[in-house]
Amino acid sequence: MPLDEPTPEQIQDEQVFLEMGLNASEYKEVVRRLGRLPNLTEAGIFGVMWSEHCSYKNSKPLLGRYPTEGKRILQGPGEGAGVVDLGEGWAAVFKVESHNHPSAIEPYQGAATGVGGILRDIFSMGARPVAILNSLRFGPLQDDPRAPRTRYLFKEVVAGIAGYGNCIGVPTVGGEVDFDPAYSGNPLVNAMGVGLVRHDRLQHGRAGGIGNAVVYVGSATGRDGIHGATFASEELSAASEAKRPAVQVGDPFMGKLLLEACLECYESGALLAVQDMGAAGLTCSSTEMADKGGVGMVLDLDRVPQRAEDMSAYEIMLSESQERMLFVTHPGREGELLAICEKWGVEAAVIGEVIEEPVLRLLQKGNCVAELPLEQVCGNPPVYHRKSVKPDALTRQQAEPEVSWPEPENLGAELLALLSTPNAGSKQWVHRQYDSMVRTCTRVRSGSDAAVVAVEGSDMSLALSIDGNARYVQLDPRMGGRIAVAEAARNVACAGGQPLAITNGLNFGSPEKTEVFWHLDQAVTGIADACRHLGLPVTGGNVSLYNETEGIPILPTPMVGVIGLVERPEHVTTQFFQQAGDILLLVGETRPELGGSLYQHHKAGRLSGKAPQLDLTQEAKVQQVVLEATRSGLVSSAHDLSHGGLALALVTSCTEDLGMEVDWNPDLRPDLALFSESQSRILISVDQDTSSALLAFFAEHDLQPTIIGQVAPQRFRVNLDGKPVINLPLEAIRKAWQSSLEQALTV
Amino acid sequence: MSHRTAVLVFPGSNCDSDLFKAAQQTPELAPAYVWYTTASLAGFELILVPGGFSHGDYLRAGALAARSPVVQALRQAAAQGVPILGICNGFQVLTESGLLPGALQRNASLQFVCEIPAVEVATSNTPFTQACAMGEQLRLPVAHGEGNYFCDTTTLAELERNGQIAFRYAEGQNPNGSLANIAGITNAERNVLGLMPHPERAMAEWMGSADGQKLFTSAVSFLQS
Repeated sequence: MPLDEPTPEQIQDEQVFLEMGLNASEYKEVVRRLGRLPNLTEAGIFGVMWSEHCSYKNSKPLLGRYPTEGKRILQGPGEGAGVVDLGEGWAAVFKVESHNHPSAIEPYQGAATGVGGILRDIFSMGARPVAILNSLRFGPLQDDPRAPRTRYLFKEVVAGIAGYGNCIGVPTVGGEVDFDPAYSGNPLVNAMGVGLVRHDRLQHGRAGGIGNAVVYVGSATGRDGIHGATFASEELSAASEAKRPAVQVGDPFMGKLLLEACLECYESGALLAVQDMGAAGLTCSSTEMADKGGVGMVLDLDRVPQRAEDMSAYEIMLSESQERMLFVTHPGREGELLAICEKWGVEAAVIGEVIEEPVLRLLQKGNCVAELPLEQVCGNPPVYHRKSVKPDALTRQQAEPEVSWPEPENLGAELLALLSTPNAGSKQWVHRQYDSMVRTCTRVRSGSDAAVVAVEGSDMSLALSIDGNARYVQLDPRMGGRIAVAEAARNVACAGGQPLAITNGLNFGSPEKTEVFWHLDQAVTGIADACRHLGLPVTGGNVSLYNETEGIPILPTPMVGVIGLVERPEHVTTQFFQQAGDILLLVGETRPELGGSLYQHHKAGRLSGKAPQLDLTQEAKVQQVVLEATRSGLVSSAHDLSHGGLALALVTSCTEDLGMEVDWNPDLRPDLALFSESQSRILISVDQDTSSALLAFFAEHDLQPTIIGQVAPQRFRVNLDGKPVINLPLEAIRKAWQSSLEQALTV
Repeated sequence: MSHRTAVLVFPGSNCDSDLFKAAQQTPELAPAYVWYTTASLAGFELILVPGGFSHGDYLRAGALAARSPVVQALRQAAAQGVPILGICNGFQVLTESGLLPGALQRNASLQFVCEIPAVEVATSNTPFTQACAMGEQLRLPVAHGEGNYFCDTTTLAELERNGQIAFRYAEGQNPNGSLANIAGITNAERNVLGLMPHPERAMAEWMGSADGQKLFTSAVSFLQS
């Protein structure tokens, strides 16, 4: 034991365990389970394994509500990532991961290592990563006390995502960004990774075979990221800056070499099991692999490659240095794997072996420095059934009117004003920093409803979307949870893809607050409702709690990532208008639903009233029929109506040259008609010659879309209930929409 | 069929497989991967240097790759007149190894940029542009953080005088601030061409452009002539 390390007695008496994320009752439970006082390394291992990030101790009682099975699901929650069967021997691997706390402190590295981490989750399953998406939340870029820091965080997060993804050579094909004061002190950085694998190359993390070698692969272990998973499970405060050392540093070049080395190792057949050293590093990977395989593991820490001198067992086990994997080999075949790693210039070392006794035993300098029964470390972590109470203030907020502003006189000016806000404006400033084309499989890049990535060697493609609207969740978490799933799946259907499964990232405040927990509780129920109704199993995801600054929680923000299957290249559909003269159809009913809308946020600056309602039966029907329509070849473009309603859907369907003329009789106040965020609506454009066939197809399926206008060159004109309300050159609309984000960043 | 085309692979190359696929699209090119430790390129009639982040762009983009064994072999091949095409990081390797003049600096915006600008063919007198017309505009994707071409005025004058500027970004579409809108150049002997845009990403309409095919069909007709 290093001389300056606290003794087991000191850990107990001086409550050193608090620094490791264990509270007093958890520490007592550790002592009970071991029948003795844990030393520093052992207490640290329990601390990190029982963090929310690793154990889901606060969210587990809720996550059981998710449907997780389905005929296409090859792997549900529990491994590095979910796996979905695509057919023809192909499977897709995908998962979302958050890196919120690190990004708040050290934005470039926090975001970069978030990307690196999710990619390792993907290739630890045997898959080659083929796409990255992300979902970002920040405070306002202007007119906010924290705006200067927010601009710095935003620029650096985008650069960090770009820096890692571009270098490792995985295209970043989609994502979304939203700005709200609720995220000023605690931005959200969620990354979704997607990979492809042949069924017979799927890997798992179950150790086995007594005497088999345990091989450490990748970057040497340093003192960076120690206790990162614990840090991620605490509130941010002024003291958080001091935790900068808990933020890991990424090396995408090493990530690339590790990726190629791993894929080659899988091909060799010499590998039995593999797990990424992500959160909780060597601790989590070794204990979980051994526990899943019903075996034990002995590790000689002197053989772990180290980049700092005199690292203690505690530091080695708790480090979250990046770009590392743990292998268990087939008997006697470790030499083959070491040779492959050497070719790629990746460090690798045999650091231990599989043993029969189900314990994790750590040796250092010839001494046993820790020995823990795996059943106690991995089995039955503490579970908290938190109290859930609806906030009184919310009841009052829901009773307030949704519309508190008078009818605007000039809707054209109104639209231009909305478009010049970063929330409504184009996110091209972000997207152009990401290499969206590397691997040359990208069929649809960022900017359309869903990204589409070809499955090489087949006619299939993946349609991918990540979505979430925290303002709905704040007003009505159950409905908001449902809408998050419905919108992301609707995006995929509009692109010509059959939604297959979801992953979710739950970003909330402290679960110890009854009102925060109520939102989490309700939102999870809502996500589960929609998944059941739409036939979408949940294959995993991430829970990020304690997203608070100085005691104020963020908006409740579930993000839903959907993976869909496009059967043939000709089914691929975008949201963009294709030719002048095409007829515009609006599928779905428009009601004056402004609660939690982008327009309400813009006009009133606060949320009030009810979130839009969602009828899941109607939603399922709309998605299925529109998907069939895209497959029939009758549709020129299809675009989900979401934030900003019909107005923003029209703007974002236009191209450089193609605008539109709308003549529609909604029988509603014009601003409410254009900006309502009623659900289950899709804007479709269709060739004049085939429009009657498409209308007949919809009628057969009991849908009556409204004909609202046509695609027209260079114009953006809207007549409502017989009155002209907007008539602007397309150029003016495009300019406002394209420049807003860049302008907000230039001060 | 024996391999005629080498696609070099450095640790950190990430457009190697895209370039390989593009070359495969033209059956006559018969590509093979060549690992960076290989000391000879004898027998190859065409050599492609792919994009990516060779050696992580550490030190300077392309600087470490330019000192690898395969680039020694590349120098010999260049001297023997073998046509060589370096794309993006491949272009950076060619300037760092001295096979092409000038240097590629960070983009003027200091940001990575990924988009599809129009690029003008400034000379059709190269093995890779002979199927193009002078002044023809191609839509070729760019994706780089360091594509801002720079050289001193004497070198620029020489490049202009010898017709060594192979591609220029169309007016108003320069994505990186490069000198004289330069997107690609050749050596004085015209067999070595480096460019920042990615022709291998423009091989079919569904990619957004099929204009990149012209560089490969040019190379085939050059080899067959």
